[in-house]
Amino acid sequence: MQKITMTVNGRSVTADVEGRTLLVDYLRETLNLTGTHVGCDTSQCGACTVHVDGMAIKSCTMFVGELDGAEVRTIEDMENKDGSLSALQKAFQDHHGLQCGYCTPGMIMSLSALLRHTPKPTEAQIRHHLEGNICRCTGYANIVKAALAASGQMPSADAFAQ
Amino acid sequence: MHAFDLVSPTTLEDALTALAEEEAQPLAGGQTLIPTLKSRLAAPSKLVSLRAIRDLQGLRVTDDLLCIGAMTTHATVAAQARDIYPALADMAANIGDPAVRNRGTIGGSLANNDPSACYPSAVLASGATIITPQRSIAADEFFQGMFFTDLEEDEIITEVRFPIPVSASYQKFWQPASRFALTGVFVARFADAVRVAVTGASEAGVFRWQDAEAALADEFSPNSVEALARPSEDMIADLHGSGSYRAHLTQVLTARAVAAQLP
Repeated sequence: MQKITMTVNGRSVTADVEGRTLLVDYLRETLNLTGTHVGCDTSQCGACTVHVDGMAIKSCTMFVGELDGAEVRTIEDMENKDGSLSALQKAFQDHHGLQCGYCTPGMIMSLSALLRHTPKPTEAQIRHHLEGNICRCTGYANIVKAALAASGQMPSADAFAQ
Repeated sequence: MHAFDLVSPTTLEDALTALAEEEAQPLAGGQTLIPTLKSRLAAPSKLVSLRAIRDLQGLRVTDDLLCIGAMTTHATVAAQARDIYPALADMAANIGDPAVRNRGTIGGSLANNDPSACYPSAVLASGATIITPQRSIAADEFFQGMFFTDLEEDEIITEVRFPIPVSASYQKFWQPASRFALTGVFVARFADAVRVAVTGASEAGVFRWQDAEAALADEFSPNSVEALARPSEDMIADLHGSGSYRAHLTQVLTARAVAAQLP
């Protein structure tokens, strides 16, 4: 066992973990932060995406033991301080960017990382950025639309013809 | 996963001491190793994370070489090599997906030597040198076939030193599910030579297409490549493409990599 201290959603957490404990399992099973999902468990689908030190990573492919001193942020910390949906979350709701919702936490975490560095991404940049996030319901069109809307860009109708 | 101890030394010296133990294995970005551990294809008793070792991180330019620490992530190379070696930055910017690029490292990719990984082609085409605590290894000696390198047991990469070509281009034909290269070609043009390295295509792993190098040294134009017989190395044939398909891709992508460097 190994003792590590990290910050999760602004709260200091001290963990006793085995070497093999994955971040996603620690978040879900020990901290009960079940908004972070496990889709494939093989780092393909992106449903487990969280931020570590401000960067989007797949929490199914990272050991907690490497996170001493790190800052972790999950979907549970993405809403506004008053509990209302963030602009990106609201855009997903307004533009029907989800159907079953399983991939949505990962989508939000990935896209919020993109929007922080690229406040006005093009459709091509959004699609390239979402290569590691798989959705089996929407066909992505409304997810891309939500990202454009959240960045203050009105999507044109023919941008989604295909 | 089988149980193991995880240690995170902060100095190279401590890491090498930990790695000297039996069944200890280095952990770089983990983007290949962790899925491998999950499927129990690897079962070390100790994993030595190299992440906390500052000396293994970052880029620097010295004596006309771009030197990249082994634990530098693809995202960092994509962002910071842009003005120094743009083709290398472009290649790094298209590995896997953003979350993988935030974790995956140059050292991990090279030590693993996946036959479809992008980095080996850049290293081989650039004629880069792989540095370990014991020695320097030329790229031409380093890659020894699929998932096999010249590294000894317990030997780790600390740095990779790239000569910077006059111009270069990496052309990748994606395998869309895995984001690996179905075939990828890196063409680097130096003042005195042209080097062409192909990944994803051969059963022997990354290789230099020497016929194309000779033709391009003579005349640096896509026509020189199109006139050649396709490479005859033992090509990978799988459900994604036949060997002759990959040979064709090699020729097409090489020509594109040349065209991309012409005004």
